[in-house]
Amino acid sequence: MNINKISLMIGGEAGAGISRSGFLFAKACLRGGLQVFGTNDYQSLIRGGHNFYIVRVDSEEIFSQSESIDLLLALNKETILIHKDELVPKGGIIYDGEDFTVSDEELGREDINLYSVPLRQIVNKLKDKLIVRNTVGLGAIMSLMAFNLDHLIGVIKDTFNSKVADLNVKALKMGWNFAQKHFAEDHKYQLSEQKIVKKHRVFLNGNEAIGLGALRAGCKFYVAYPMTPATGLLHFMASLEREYGMIVVHAESEISAINMVAGASFAGVRAMTATSGGGFCLMSEGLGMLGMTETPAVIMLAQRPGPSTGLPTYSGQGDLRFVIHASHGEFPRVVIAPGDVEECFYKTLEAFNLAEKYQIPVIILTDKYLVESYEGLKVFDVDRIGIDRGRYLRGKDYESEEEYQRHKFTRDGISPRAIPGMKGVIVRTNSNEHDENGYTTDNPELTIKMVNKRFRKRETLVKDLENYETVRLYGSMRADITLFGWGTTKRPIREAMKRLSGEDLKINFLQIVYLDPFPTDKVRKMLQLAQKSIVVEENKTSQLSSLIREHTLMTIDHEILKYNGRPFNPLELSNRIKEVL
Amino acid sequence: MVTLEDLNTPIKNTWCPGCGNFGILTAVKRALIRLSLERNQVVLVSGIGCHGKIVNHININGFHGIHGRVLPLANGIKLVNPNLTVVGFAGDADQYDEGWGYFTHAIRRNVDMTLIVHDNMVLGLTTGQTTATSRKGFKTKSTPFGAISPALNPVAHAIVSNGTFVARGYVGEITHLTRLMVEAIKHKGFSFIDVFQPCVSFNKINTYEWFNQRVYKLEEEEYDYTNRQKALEKSMEWGDRIPIGIIYKEDRLSYRDNLSHIMDVSLTQLPTEDIDISSILKSMM
Ligand SMILES: Cc1ncc(C[n+]2csc(CCOP(=O)(O)OP(=O)(O)O)c2C)c(N)n1
Ligand code: SF4
Ligand SMILES: [Mg+2]
Repeated sequence: MNINKISLMIGGEAGAGISRSGFLFAKACLRGGLQVFGTNDYQSLIRGGHNFYIVRVDSEEIFSQSESIDLLLALNKETILIHKDELVPKGGIIYDGEDFTVSDEELGREDINLYSVPLRQIVNKLKDKLIVRNTVGLGAIMSLMAFNLDHLIGVIKDTFNSKVADLNVKALKMGWNFAQKHFAEDHKYQLSEQKIVKKHRVFLNGNEAIGLGALRAGCKFYVAYPMTPATGLLHFMASLEREYGMIVVHAESEISAINMVAGASFAGVRAMTATSGGGFCLMSEGLGMLGMTETPAVIMLAQRPGPSTGLPTYSGQGDLRFVIHASHGEFPRVVIAPGDVEECFYKTLEAFNLAEKYQIPVIILTDKYLVESYEGLKVFDVDRIGIDRGRYLRGKDYESEEEYQRHKFTRDGISPRAIPGMKGVIVRTNSNEHDENGYTTDNPELTIKMVNKRFRKRETLVKDLENYETVRLYGSMRADITLFGWGTTKRPIREAMKRLSGEDLKINFLQIVYLDPFPTDKVRKMLQLAQKSIVVEENKTSQLSSLIREHTLMTIDHEILKYNGRPFNPLELSNRIKEVL
Repeated sequence: MVTLEDLNTPIKNTWCPGCGNFGILTAVKRALIRLSLERNQVVLVSGIGCHGKIVNHININGFHGIHGRVLPLANGIKLVNPNLTVVGFAGDADQYDEGWGYFTHAIRRNVDMTLIVHDNMVLGLTTGQTTATSRKGFKTKSTPFGAISPALNPVAHAIVSNGTFVARGYVGEITHLTRLMVEAIKHKGFSFIDVFQPCVSFNKINTYEWFNQRVYKLEEEEYDYTNRQKALEKSMEWGDRIPIGIIYKEDRLSYRDNLSHIMDVSLTQLPTEDIDISSILKSMM
């Protein structure tokens, strides 16, 4: 019996609505008061191929998917052949025995429960193109799990228009009835409603959390060119353009996007763009212009494995060094790497504040696994981070004897920011080195002063960041093993720590959230305390290790690296940690 | 209202004596004065090249951007704040080589702004190489045996890209150029003027004399610039006679006019505080 701990996989060809079904199932569990995590795996194609969606459900806190599957809804035979070995002993497969057969020989094991449901026959009976086999399968799954069907019906009704919803509910019930009749006693994987955590939980992915953060931050201009895995954010923002009084532009390229962001921000609003590594390459030139012209901007980079087109629909962490150094010349910037969906929201708010306070570009560094996986979460505390627009002379006319200068020298390097249209000011900026008025210069003394001015902002920023959670520690200060990581690996790391907590081994984990400016002191302190240090990272060259060495002059003992495009799974990671010992 | 004096800046001008850019500078200043615009209402955006320095010589809001990217930068400004008059200045290499993609797309997008291309048919600031509008056979340091590709035709391209205001001017006809600029800035939508701007240092072919012999004003003939087919034909006239003036003009809703949810409100006026996201959160429950 497997109660309230279930990992469900739905697999089949692309275009079969697999992600949608996984999403509906997860949301139903969320409404039933359970903890949920959903992640997808798909190829860069539109029809055919192999796709799957994993939903993990638990009554306790979970951080990522697990390494095994309890129940598999297989829409084609290939799915079974690919994933049969991931099934737990006595795991179950729901499939359509009228479509294809499965034998123990093919499975290579005899402990699997096979549940054949006439998915296609039921769909055909309903005679409507809008119905998919998955929905019938979901009905059967709910029956097998003895979980209240009302939650799923509710989700379907909230998601689709009434005609489509009614049809889906019909299909769902037919699947449910079939399973009730044929597998009535077979409740090996049960889910039961949890009363405690029921209220105020949301189910969303990283892209949506970043979008919500941007909306809450008062972003008024979003522009992007589609690129997986950042495209979801463009879709999200575009769908809300009207309701939130924004302008959302689908630009002709990333070069265009970043220059539009510069223009929008210069004109006076909070502006943002997002892309993946390839698009960020094109943005590098514009990034430098933002630095030189002291124009605030927020750029989200959702990584996928490179170089070049790489694995377009998979995940990786190969762009850390790139974003820290991107563009020629030297200028201050901020690089923030949220590690889960909740941080995606709060760090986006911080990003907008820092961009305006220091009049610099801020990069939010994520990846496919983070922005496209869904987490069930407590509703955000929307007031936790207020809006700080820095030295923006907003809504006022300029009233001073002194002539306004966009790049005025100040003690902390930050110049008051006026916008064009304001009375009494001329706002001039320049991608060439410039004087305080924004006029081009090549004067050597002035050049030094301007470079120093821009870097004084960085000094001010570094001091300010002492008040930010630039690193997060999980576990106690002292441990036998200290893990270091950034971004997306946080979730499997925390899951692996849970797994290792039974062992006679103390582990802690330092998540480095701000990677530039680097929180040197905090990292050094942990390294000094660490008995054994391990960096966990999804790239080949362990970019974090080298960054730590560069800043702290200390070396990391071990590196656990992965670079096949797939996120770490918790068992794999905990085993690799044990191997190190 | 601005005066000529207001527009002067203390920056020393480094254009070569006789450079066509002086004519553009004069015409722009006159146009701004004629339009009775307040200084704070106008933003000038420029690219990189000799032309780009124009922002240093007009005392008005300005963003001296990077090579080829004038249009997205200027579009961003205007989309946010429709109360601003936005004028972009680009070079022929700047716009038609490095920035070619944005040219077509900005025309299509029809954001209400003006683009003035200083077309000297040469890369000036990099000391004289071939550009997209240099004629076939043009000999420079980068093409010592003569340019192999034919020149492209920005005016025809602008019409084909669904331009709503397409014009050509010449710095040798300053009064005419000023009038074109006034019309272009007044136009609701994206207006584009390709301006013949002799480079006295690096283009010994397309000189003042060369243009003077060929250029004629469309206004002096019977010409209907609202007929797209005719305009396309006219845009291809090149040789002994080259037309200047408004070549094509039509009325079409600008990009922002399609955004009924914000009308002509400047986005800078909208609140950034207390944005309510609760309904979205609720839909995620
Ligand atoms: C990305 C980039 N590539 C190249 C250059 C070097 N560059 C400076 S000005 C210029 C072209 C100037 O030609 P044009 O745009 O016709 O302007 P003009 O000088 O003729 O006014 C070039 C290529 C640059 N600044 N940036
Ligand atoms: S090089 Fe040509 S375009 Fe540049 S300033 Fe001299 S004459 Fe003018
Ligand atoms: Mg030129």
